[in-house]
Amino acid sequence: MLSAVIVLAIFGLVLAEAAPLIARVGPAAFFTDAGWQPTSGRFNLSPMLWGTLLTAAGALLLAGPVGVLTAVHGRFYAPPAWARVQRRVVELLAGIPSVVYGFWGLTVLVPLIARLAPPGPSLLAGILVLALMILPTVTLLADAALAAVPAEQLQGAAALGLGRWATVRGVALPAARAGIGTGVLLALGRAVGETMAVLMVCGNVVQVPESLADPVRTLAANVALEMAYAMGDHRAALFVAGALLTALAALLVALAAVVGRRHAHG
Amino acid sequence: MRWRAALALAVLAGLGAQAGCSRSEKTRIVLTGSSTIAPLMTEIGRRYEAKHPDVRVDVQSGGSSRGVADARQGQADVGMVSRALKPDEADLTGTPIARDGIALIVHRDNPVQALSRAQVVGIYTGQIKRWSAVGGADRDIVVVNKAEGRSTLELFLSHFQLKNEQIAAQVVIGDNEQGIKTVAGNPDAVGYVSIGTAEYDAGRGVPIRLLPLEGVEATHANVQAGRFPLSRVLLLVTKGEPSGPARQLIEFARSAEVRDLVEQQSFVPLAP
Repeated sequence: MLSAVIVLAIFGLVLAEAAPLIARVGPAAFFTDAGWQPTSGRFNLSPMLWGTLLTAAGALLLAGPVGVLTAVHGRFYAPPAWARVQRRVVELLAGIPSVVYGFWGLTVLVPLIARLAPPGPSLLAGILVLALMILPTVTLLADAALAAVPAEQLQGAAALGLGRWATVRGVALPAARAGIGTGVLLALGRAVGETMAVLMVCGNVVQVPESLADPVRTLAANVALEMAYAMGDHRAALFVAGALLTALAALLVALAAVVGRRHAHG
Repeated sequence: MRWRAALALAVLAGLGAQAGCSRSEKTRIVLTGSSTIAPLMTEIGRRYEAKHPDVRVDVQSGGSSRGVADARQGQADVGMVSRALKPDEADLTGTPIARDGIALIVHRDNPVQALSRAQVVGIYTGQIKRWSAVGGADRDIVVVNKAEGRSTLELFLSHFQLKNEQIAAQVVIGDNEQGIKTVAGNPDAVGYVSIGTAEYDAGRGVPIRLLPLEGVEATHANVQAGRFPLSRVLLLVTKGEPSGPARQLIEFARSAEVRDLVEQQSFVPLAP
């Protein structure tokens, strides 16, 4: 209850800071202006919206399958002792602060990419770091969903003579679909909002990337980079970016709730 | 009727004055202006308040022009201005508290020893794309620029007479440390950061090299002496000679007692 009030108050505050500028230049300006030069009155946020969507989607494309397969391996293939170790390691991965991932990305990953496909700080670097960061969320929630599959169903499959992989594919995964879907959407929410690590490895050039090696700037990185020194309209435009980001995250959470509920009942 | 209104006003004014007094027995010093100096003066103000509990130092940023305007009109006791005063600002007295210098940095393994003004402009506007064009390896140049609103960016742009829109960067960074890590991790990168931070890191073995500019070495000492071209003075300005509490604060801001704060903000202290 209290946390709901706080969230609403924060969103209200962000909107209140953003509203005067939106009212003056119109909402379309944030998608159709000639560029992002906030101190010269050009407020196009769309390259950064693309940056956010592309890094998050790319990370999910990598972390989704890997995370689900890791969970399946832990539940159905690995010896129980090894599965426990694996689960602990994934939990540890979830607890590492994002700035540490960013630092690792900046000092190890980015120089590596720079050698293969310059300049180095890029969409690719962002995707890889983000994938690593959301992997635990996907894995742990998929693991929990698989653990919740009723034992009778699995025993039924075994009684029918189904092999291990057929059981996983035909029984366990369909039964755990809702939980896995929720996990994926929550992970996507984290990817969309992640700031520090992305800011350190993405290069932060405001542009729609043409290749994986191009630098990008995400909405969250934009706010973090410029807020400390922004004034007037520039500051208000950053609040617009914040509102957009909040709306995106809210959409994902709502979607996660819908996915979770539909399958729970159906 | 009229005298009654006047009396009421007088009483109100008296009450107001009294309320004002009882609310704060403290002397208040208001500083406004440059967002480059504001963080430094906030720290200095905090230390000053600790030593003088009867004084409150109120720092607001808003750009050097606001510092000039506010000091002139008496909106602020002290204006903060991160450039030399112009001839038409002779009615104000500017007292330097520190200097700020920017160095171009490259990776230590980069063979390029110096860049001319035209080369820097060419590289940052994307006309020069390869290191080989300026005497380096046959590789792409990775241009590192600062995020919009940063004072380092402002000084860099004004020195090379560029607009931020003209700059074709591959990496945009926030603070100095991030810039240094980016260049240290990429042998093809060129960036610019505060000299204080760059010199400190280079001295501690971080693989970066500070490039000289227009024949002047990028060092602390050269910034201090005002010889380094890409540097500026940080001023506290007052209308006429500073006096009273403002003067005491300005003297404190120039003293050795706040040298560590000046260096913490990667500025260069006035005295060696």
